[in-house]
Amino acid sequence: MIHFVLLISRQGKVRLTKWYSPYSQKERTKVIRELSGLILTRGPKLCNFVEWRGLKVVYRRYASLYFCMCIDQDDNELEVLEIIHLFVEILDRYFGSVCELDLIFNFHKAYYILDELLLAGELQETSKKTVGRLIAGQDALVETAKEEANSISNMIAQATK
Amino acid sequence: MGSQGGFGQSKEFLDLVKSIGEARSKSEEDRIILREIETLKRRIVEPDIPKRKMKEYIIRLVYVEMLGHDASFGYIHAVKMTHDDNLLLKRTGYLAVTLFLNEDHDLIILIVNTIQKDLKSDNYLVVCAALNAVCRLINEETIPAVLPQVVELLGHQKEAVRKKAIMALHRFYQKSPSSVSHLISNFRKKLCDNDPGVMGATLCPLFDLITIDVKSFKDLVVSFVSILKQVTERRLPKSYDYHQMPAPFIQIKLLKILALLGNGDKHASGQMYTVIGDLMRKCDASTNIGNAVLYECICCVSSIYPNTKLLEAAAEIISKFLKSDNHNLKYMGIDALGRLIKINPDVAEQHQLAVIDCLEDPDDTLKRKTFELLHKMTKSSNVEVIVNRMIDYMISVNDFHYKTEIASRCVELAEQYAPSNHWFILTMNKVFEHAGDLVDIKVAHNLMRLIAEGFGEDDDAADSQLRSSAVESYLRIVTEPKLPSAFLQVICWVLGEYGTADGNYSASYITGKICDVAEAYSSDETVKAYAITALMKIYAFEIAAGRKLDILTECQSLIEELAASHSTDLQQRAYELQAVVCLDAHAVECIMPSDASCEDIEIDITLPFLNSYVQQSLQNGAQPYIPEDARTGALSVSSFSNQEHRETSSHGLKFEAYEMPKPPVPSRPPPVSISTDLVPVPEPSYSRETHVSPPVLSASSSGSSELKLRLDGVQKKWGRPTYSSSPTSSSGVSPSPANGASKVEPAAPSTSRPRETYKDSKKAEVDPEKQKLAASLFGGASKSEKRASSTSHKASKGSSHSTGTSSVSKSSVPSTSEVKSPPQPLPDLLDLGEPTVSTIVPSADPFMQLEGLLDHDESGSTGSNAALDSTAKVPDIVSLYSELQVSGHDSSSTISPLSSNGSNNKNLKRTVSGGSPQGMKGPNLKEALEKDALVRQMGVNPTTQNPNLFKDLFG
Repeated sequence: MIHFVLLISRQGKVRLTKWYSPYSQKERTKVIRELSGLILTRGPKLCNFVEWRGLKVVYRRYASLYFCMCIDQDDNELEVLEIIHLFVEILDRYFGSVCELDLIFNFHKAYYILDELLLAGELQETSKKTVGRLIAGQDALVETAKEEANSISNMIAQATK
Repeated sequence: MGSQGGFGQSKEFLDLVKSIGEARSKSEEDRIILREIETLKRRIVEPDIPKRKMKEYIIRLVYVEMLGHDASFGYIHAVKMTHDDNLLLKRTGYLAVTLFLNEDHDLIILIVNTIQKDLKSDNYLVVCAALNAVCRLINEETIPAVLPQVVELLGHQKEAVRKKAIMALHRFYQKSPSSVSHLISNFRKKLCDNDPGVMGATLCPLFDLITIDVKSFKDLVVSFVSILKQVTERRLPKSYDYHQMPAPFIQIKLLKILALLGNGDKHASGQMYTVIGDLMRKCDASTNIGNAVLYECICCVSSIYPNTKLLEAAAEIISKFLKSDNHNLKYMGIDALGRLIKINPDVAEQHQLAVIDCLEDPDDTLKRKTFELLHKMTKSSNVEVIVNRMIDYMISVNDFHYKTEIASRCVELAEQYAPSNHWFILTMNKVFEHAGDLVDIKVAHNLMRLIAEGFGEDDDAADSQLRSSAVESYLRIVTEPKLPSAFLQVICWVLGEYGTADGNYSASYITGKICDVAEAYSSDETVKAYAITALMKIYAFEIAAGRKLDILTECQSLIEELAASHSTDLQQRAYELQAVVCLDAHAVECIMPSDASCEDIEIDITLPFLNSYVQQSLQNGAQPYIPEDARTGALSVSSFSNQEHRETSSHGLKFEAYEMPKPPVPSRPPPVSISTDLVPVPEPSYSRETHVSPPVLSASSSGSSELKLRLDGVQKKWGRPTYSSSPTSSSGVSPSPANGASKVEPAAPSTSRPRETYKDSKKAEVDPEKQKLAASLFGGASKSEKRASSTSHKASKGSSHSTGTSSVSKSSVPSTSEVKSPPQPLPDLLDLGEPTVSTIVPSADPFMQLEGLLDHDESGSTGSNAALDSTAKVPDIVSLYSELQVSGHDSSSTISPLSSNGSNNKNLKRTVSGGSPQGMKGPNLKEALEKDALVRQMGVNPTTQNPNLFKDLFG
């Protein structure tokens, strides 16, 4: 099971956190501090895995952003490494050449995408296409909602003229 | 995809994100966030906030919370937002509450109703949002509120909903297995869902179920094997391919399940051999995901009933992993080797050099994994090397968590495989020296016991040699600065017990060393307690041997200092020492026999030697002792009144004096109520007061008025007057043997023997703290436990051991019961599962059925979503699959030469997205510039500090 997902920039700034196991706010801060100290200092050619508090953290660096997932002792590290990559591929497809800034300003969208990929700490869907279709469906709905809102405000504006 | 261009947030929020992005330090970031919190607190309570505005506030709250600050003031607004009819807002609300609230939060009860409503919604996106929330927020208590609806959704026409419903049920199962125990058949059914996504998701709960109860799922082996076979034969839609591998994540999950099902089952394993063999042969070892599958194959092969061919193939893959330059693969190779050597220990030999390389690798992760492997490989022949390497590494690491782990591994291996006593003691010395504060105290106690009992069977010479080598090494080490407390305790104990035993060292030399320890570590009371007890032993041995006692001045001053110590334990030890020193040789030998730490001390808790004293007191008119458990209720009240009656009659003259204390009786309620402030249990103390007084009166049988007055004060403050009075009376009388026993009990500072027996006699009073201590003193290796039972120790130690053993067995009970309790509902599952079996076995194989249909329907399909929903599911799906396969193949076939590794995926993605309406993406640079321009337009100017922000993540 995946216990949490962290996105940390090379400067140690938090870009996204998702907790699947219960951690209090205090513990979260501590976890992030500990892990950024552990992961950001690691050299480029080393393993993408870190043993930590009896669990394992799998991380992968994309440009200046570190994607980290914390898993159980008996999980398959290479698989999780690829789950991270799958997530990035989906983000990339969605944002179009995703960069850190996309995630900074659209972190809630990144959350929606993550929610389609992982659920309750388990891999929910492995098809990029399916995830993309669902997100697109949601976005389409949002668009129509926006249009509706606009048309209503237009109507109000016209009525109050 | 138009919405993501403009970021869609207000200037204010963009500014916030920007300033956070540019903050130079954590404190600056905190300041900004605290200001933001203030703003939000103010804004969010304003009346009539437009909904869009509110949505942004909520997202800002999420941001605040994400950065580690408390946004709980806004939780309620997020909860409110889930009630909104607008999906956009609802979705934001759900996102926020799933991020904010843990499943035990009070606000969840406010969301359950909304979730219930949304689960019934016509819009599948609403249902999906609600199911996401269900997975995160529903706890054991609220499961029944949503369970029926979630079960209903298993039949929803949208595969996304079915999938999430399965995941939700899985979550429920994790939370409370009994709540869904009657629904296990649903998991089996969903394994044959038309949608591969749903089937893939179903593997998660099935894996958990099979982990707990393998037997009832043996019938599914055939289904799993055939699914795996079809997946590897690329029967799934192309969209499940990942880096040219057919649905690798599903393969891995299936392999995990097969590993469980085939464990120790020759028949089941036999069914898997072919498919796993094929998979290992065909799997593409050039990609990461291919290696992930191969690794999982090895795990599976090493778990199921052994098959020579598969094991050979696994060994081959491992050697490829180990030879790779990639650290990740080396790591996996080491891990896989660790699994394989359990079946075939010889496998490791051919990889010796690779393993040594990994051991010397600068990468800590790899090194640790290798130590884990070594730990599994340890035999008595290689223990010395391995443990020495481990200790060297242990000295070099700073991570306390890991240091503790590796120290305990060293101890474990040393205890299990030590080739010689001498080596063992030296090894333990090293471990203690460098990680003494991290290892469990029980390790120290084990070491002491080992030195006391010796290794050999009745080989006294070897034992005494062991001891003198221990003494020698400790005398050498003890001068080193800053030794850990646990190690000093061992040193003091051994020096006290055996320092003078072989006659190589004089008593004054040893005592001098011990005094140095006590002075150097004067803040550590436990060490001082060990030290002074060691002094007493040495003096006692001297006296018993008839030598003239020569107490060094420094020892004298230490004893005097400790006699005036704040710690009652140290005081008592010091006084006992002083008392022992004044006794004659025979008495001393009785109290402190030489080399008798392994002798039993029999404790007669009835204290028969007091009988004559008690008899005498009774004859003199004292009241008989009433045990405390008999001291309740009407009995003691009556005895109280009897006594009063008797006393009033016999001492008529004192009538006035006895009358005096009565005023306090009516006025008691007020003092009692005052005492509630001091003592949290006023009622019982009041009632106890009345019961308890007779023994006190009887014990002293002296003048009563002051006594009663004093009692009032004492009782109201402390609640339990007799408790303190009875130990003092008995300890005053108890002779020295009892005290002698208490001296060996160092770790529990406040215990004196009589009190302990007092406690033992009434079991209900056993202090949980003490039990815990006993448990931690003893939870050791089975080997040492055996020793403990064969021989024994001085009384207090022995007693703590015996309680230890019992608590050890107790502590192991919860774990087994934990394992055992989940299966309880399973008989139910079995019953329910049985009928479905017949339906499953044929239908478990949708792809097989599809195979025949594939040809016919190729033309008729359009591959639209609607096809999935139609009644004639099977043919439609097939056609969908085939259609997807064809179209997917077009795009990938052009790229396939390129996309063998991660960087090429970009190309794959590009080409694929090239087909989308947005058209070809420009090069990274151009896009980055576009984004930059856009951001600048909005007033954000981040490039100065963070040029990386614009860098394509794949770049």
